[in-house]
Amino acid sequence: MSKLTPVLSAHWDEADSFTIAGYKRNGGYSAVAKALAMKPDEVIQLVKDSGLRGRGGAGFPTGNKWGFIPQGDNKEHYLVVNADESEPGTCKDMPLLLANPHVLVEGVIIGSYAIRANHAFIYIRGEVTHVVRRVQQAIEDAYAAGLLGKNILGKGFDLELVLHVGAGAYICGEETALLDSLEGFRGQPRLRPPFPAIAGLYAKPTVVNNVESIASVPAIINNGVAWFSAMGTEKSKGFTLYSLSGHVNNPGQFEAPLGITLRQLLEISGGVRNGHKLKFWTPGGSSTPIFTDVHLDVPLDYEGVSAAGSMLGTKALQIFDETTCVVRAVLRWTEFYKHESCGKCTPCREGTWWLVQVLKDLEAGKGVEADLDKLLDLCDNIMGRSFCALADGAASPIISSLKYFRQEYLDHLTAGRCPFDPMAATLFETSGVK
Amino acid sequence: MAFTTEQISIMDSIIARYPRKRSAIMPLLHYVQSIDGYVTNEGIELIGQKLDLATAEVTAVSTFYTQYKSKPVGEYHLGICTNTLCAVMGGDVIFDAVKDHLGIENDGVTSDGKVSVEHIECNAACDYAPVVMVNWEFYDNQTVQSVKDLVDGARSGNPPAPTRGPNKLRTWKQNSAVLAGISDGLANEGVQAGEPTLLGLKKAKGGA
Amino acid sequence: MSIQEVSTEQATEMITCVIDGFEITVPKGTLVIRAAEKLGIQIPRFCDHPLLEPAGACRQCLVDIEINGRAFPKPQASCTIPVENGMIVKTQLTSPVADKAQKGIMELLLINHPLDCPVCDKGGECPLQNQAMSTGRSESRFEGIKRTFEKPVAISSQVLLDRERCVLCARCTRFSEQIAGDPFITLNERGALQQVGIYEDEPFDSYYSGNTVQICPVGALTGTSYRFRARPFDLVSTKSACEHCASGCDMRTDVRRGKTLRRLAGDDTDVNEEWNCDKGRWAFKYEVAKNRITVPMIRDENGQLQEASWPEALAAAAAGLKHVKAGVLVGGRATIEDAYGYSKFARITLGTNNIDFRARTSSSEELDFLASTPLTATYKDIDRADHVVLINFEPEDESPIVFLRIYKQVHKRAIKVTSIAPFASRGTKKLNANLVKAAAGNEISAITELNELSSKSVVLIGERLAETPGALFAITQLIAKSGAKLGWIPRRAGERGAIMAGAASNILPGNRLVTDNSARVDIATVWSSDSLPSDPGLNTNEIINSSLDAVLIGGVDPMDISADAKIKLSKKFIVSLEIRQSDITDIANVVLPVAAVVEKSGSFMDWQGKVRSFEAAVEQSLNRSDVRILSMLADEIGKPINLPTVKAAKSEFDSIGNWDGSKVAMKSVSNEPRKTVGNDEAVLNSWRNLLDKGSLQDGEDNLAGTARKSVVVISPDRAAKLGVKEDQLVRVSNDYGAITLPCKVLDIEESSVWLPRNSVSSQLIRNLGVVSNSIVKVAKA
Repeated sequence: MSKLTPVLSAHWDEADSFTIAGYKRNGGYSAVAKALAMKPDEVIQLVKDSGLRGRGGAGFPTGNKWGFIPQGDNKEHYLVVNADESEPGTCKDMPLLLANPHVLVEGVIIGSYAIRANHAFIYIRGEVTHVVRRVQQAIEDAYAAGLLGKNILGKGFDLELVLHVGAGAYICGEETALLDSLEGFRGQPRLRPPFPAIAGLYAKPTVVNNVESIASVPAIINNGVAWFSAMGTEKSKGFTLYSLSGHVNNPGQFEAPLGITLRQLLEISGGVRNGHKLKFWTPGGSSTPIFTDVHLDVPLDYEGVSAAGSMLGTKALQIFDETTCVVRAVLRWTEFYKHESCGKCTPCREGTWWLVQVLKDLEAGKGVEADLDKLLDLCDNIMGRSFCALADGAASPIISSLKYFRQEYLDHLTAGRCPFDPMAATLFETSGVK
Repeated sequence: MAFTTEQISIMDSIIARYPRKRSAIMPLLHYVQSIDGYVTNEGIELIGQKLDLATAEVTAVSTFYTQYKSKPVGEYHLGICTNTLCAVMGGDVIFDAVKDHLGIENDGVTSDGKVSVEHIECNAACDYAPVVMVNWEFYDNQTVQSVKDLVDGARSGNPPAPTRGPNKLRTWKQNSAVLAGISDGLANEGVQAGEPTLLGLKKAKGGA
Repeated sequence: MSIQEVSTEQATEMITCVIDGFEITVPKGTLVIRAAEKLGIQIPRFCDHPLLEPAGACRQCLVDIEINGRAFPKPQASCTIPVENGMIVKTQLTSPVADKAQKGIMELLLINHPLDCPVCDKGGECPLQNQAMSTGRSESRFEGIKRTFEKPVAISSQVLLDRERCVLCARCTRFSEQIAGDPFITLNERGALQQVGIYEDEPFDSYYSGNTVQICPVGALTGTSYRFRARPFDLVSTKSACEHCASGCDMRTDVRRGKTLRRLAGDDTDVNEEWNCDKGRWAFKYEVAKNRITVPMIRDENGQLQEASWPEALAAAAAGLKHVKAGVLVGGRATIEDAYGYSKFARITLGTNNIDFRARTSSSEELDFLASTPLTATYKDIDRADHVVLINFEPEDESPIVFLRIYKQVHKRAIKVTSIAPFASRGTKKLNANLVKAAAGNEISAITELNELSSKSVVLIGERLAETPGALFAITQLIAKSGAKLGWIPRRAGERGAIMAGAASNILPGNRLVTDNSARVDIATVWSSDSLPSDPGLNTNEIINSSLDAVLIGGVDPMDISADAKIKLSKKFIVSLEIRQSDITDIANVVLPVAAVVEKSGSFMDWQGKVRSFEAAVEQSLNRSDVRILSMLADEIGKPINLPTVKAAKSEFDSIGNWDGSKVAMKSVSNEPRKTVGNDEAVLNSWRNLLDKGSLQDGEDNLAGTARKSVVVISPDRAAKLGVKEDQLVRVSNDYGAITLPCKVLDIEESSVWLPRNSVSSQLIRNLGVVSNSIVKVAKA
């Protein structure tokens, strides 16, 4: 029955999956040996040929990104892994790193070799102590095993890998903000150009890749282009992690070929929570315009989701049933963007501040119908006007919710209050909790 | 408080990890929190000296990131996720109940200094919602009662272990050192994954 | 580095694009917003500043752009995008999308902006106010609650911050970091709470902080001394020149009803660009100080100064100067016209070459050096330099705009800087300079060992180098050997001009040697005089120590020269031209009031030799320029100099021109033997901090509040020997006196000790009788 294809998650059910012994037992670090026997450009070409696209949200072809690094420029190159997973709903990289940090380390070695970097960094969000422990330990064990440091596996390749722990700033998931943060500055996005491939970390050519993208590389090296590109759809090749959460009977991580639909995933996992029905969902985190039950059969690949008016993003499928007030949900996301706006540019800093105030009034049933048009006009003045994409993300749930649930906003105004019982949406018994 | 020679040499070793020393500012701030509990003026001034930065430049960085605290937090610092998904599924209720139970507001600390509470944004554990972090360790699938038990245990010096974390919950300062990149040797403790993490694999293997 | 050199020396590539339907061709690299300006199209903006690196933060300047038929999917910030060939730009004038985007941003900027324009200093000259009118909505749609902050907070004694008004454009923080190298103000917090701030224990004590007030596009940063004083439309602005140092800043002086209310940096790309220092900006109250002199005075038989009429005073002065051996001391702050007046007065009226402009430590070697050595360096040479060498010159303290220019190239091109000094000052550290440590008196070996200089190098020396015998001669040899450009940078604004005006014992106007026959004939012709005195005259020290009967003194503080200068001068007949009561008026027989800089017109010559003329900012003043008084006095004496106005002085001076005849090479000067220093002794070293006890800073307490604390700098070794730690008191003494100050332990040349030359609790001439190159005792206090 299963359309599922566990690759990264294949051995997570082994109790020592996170140790170097556990990883090696299942063939771990065999791809490094293969890759180091290839020429760096051959590794890049192989990743290009596989069709692997960035799993952090934007979907840029990973091999192309590597290919942009100028070669023979006598400069240091850097590989930086973006493990700052913070997009609401996104919860794939952290469990991956908790269960198997070595697959990332192996991917880092291969990627660094390909782009001729002798220094790599993993920038991990700071609010995950145990994940930090596991990755740190994996790096130390890899050093001890001669997989990091000088002359890796006797092949003459040197690589230093440093784990850098963030400190609570969603914006650092934006790659140039991440680089500024890693350089010891406030994590605010940089002007582009120059792009990181030309002037990234310390103004040197730099590749920034998502955890899942890099972690996918060892399997591609081991199994080949044909194996990988046989999965997925024409322009969205391979497997990926779908994260199902919210009002479902069984939330969790599902590794499947790109292009699977939410209907299929719900069937596999056990569906929307019993007695309830799907109301709205995000295909790829809170920054991607929401979908409703009419989108159950949208193929969850880059093109399919985009054609349906949203973005694949991080494949964070947050499911909300009919007990959920969409205005409350959108308000809370907007508060998130306000809290996480870096403050650099006007539309994001001031716009999210204003949007929260407008939405708070609407949720409380204050206002008139014209306020909805004002809200949309504000979104129009914010979206595409900001320095980076954060503000676009803030506008997305508002615009899309007004598209599908305008009447629900109006119902608030008619009622003069929120017509929903928030307790009904919780997982708790509705009595005696306080 | 003044930093010891040993602490200063640890700071030097943190700085040595990076090709350029300014990069060490974030782990150094975590490290200051592991000693002082929060970002003290002494810490800012020492980091400034160590990295050749004006104190204003250090402050600019420390105030940007929410994990750096400008005043003391509890020995056990709760972060209750109230981002949309957790909030809807019970995070809001938990947050209100805990504040009520402890008699403190958001960002407040109990008078015994044991527990502090803040509401946090999405912590990348949505499949375990509602989620509560304590000293940035995962407490999955929380209920009002489980969090009340958690803070009561913390106040009596006996908090329950994290769901996915070491066998025993460590203090705010101890965990801050881990975030500064100083190993506490506990990486091998705890589960490799919780049930939701394994669900897809289980289903793929034909499990029910 | 090579890229920069190519771009400055090869022809710049030109780019053609179309903006709002108009074609324009501009140099490659020009930003869209700037290209539009050239067409007269003003795109609204806040964070954009031509001298700061682009930020793209405020988003006010959004425009629609397409390149070769491909349109950007969304409006772009025109302050961050360079023009390209084939680019078509549509601004708010032709693109409804850009227009709406700009209006949307403006609305967002205003939602949290307080409506306190009526009480805001910026009101009437506020870019936000102006652009809200041009680009804003007539009515706000914001019905929520505005962000509030405590207002204002003092981020230094002279700058106040109102965070509610701030639009977070980051001009101030970028200026502090990129231009001044003083990142003491930063953006703190995040998102809607982001705010400019300082670290609580470290105020914004940058020498350049006032520029942030000037470039703030709203009223978020205001100057303490100007706050609530005026409305821009009540002010009369006059282009002026800064009188505080030889950097040569273009300035603007704003006056209301005869009173200077503020001074701003002017705009001169060849000199100060758009910046100035806080002293230039805020030190102007001396001109209205309580002890201002406005009426002539004559000392009576009881030794008291009595007010007198001009005819009485001129007669008394003439009587004292006529038929006696006399000399002239001109302080280094005279305008070219005034210095020229003193120069001509000495030769024509007094018949002597006894004249000197140097009211400071000086030597005859220096006069010889200045008369013989071409000073070739300019700001532009710094822009192009591969290496800048600083010798006994601390640009941040002694010529702050020179510092900014060097820092700019350090920041942009990481050029090499070398400093010969006792220790690395804060400025030296900011320049990332290579320090060659030298004790006062021992700089010569460091100078002769400078081997890596080329014609692309710039050597900048300070007036303090005259304190080391033989050092200036060594410089001439260094320049001859290396072909490097040379700049001599005195502290005072009038010194370069005074040399050109011949206000020195060995030179006549236009750099003509007194001892050169044909040079004297030149000048005598212009002055319609039969002959001019041919004996080299006495210099400052010689005049003071001489048996001259009378001295005419303009703008000199004897304490700047030596501890006993006042006593020695008091034995002579003194005619003092002054703006305020001083140590000289104390001993003067006749006091003639003169105009302060804002009250007169004139010109200053900066260290490069560039002349900046200015008109009187305060037109109502009855005070007259020195040259006018000198001309009257010369008439009274009966040997007229015929310079009745500043204009007459300027045109006569300009007609003289520079000497094109042969020059005499500088005489060689032998070095002093190295001083031996005992265990408890040190070689004294010092310079003047920018902000100190200088009399032109009188009356401005807010400025003084940002002065650097007086300290004694000692080496770690000496600190250990003395058993003192940082901040503990150290006593520096000699037979004359003693100074006790907290110490600062720095990597200073081992035998040296450093003190500020003229700061609070550290006035070296007054307290020690010497300023440098002298043995002092150092002890724990």
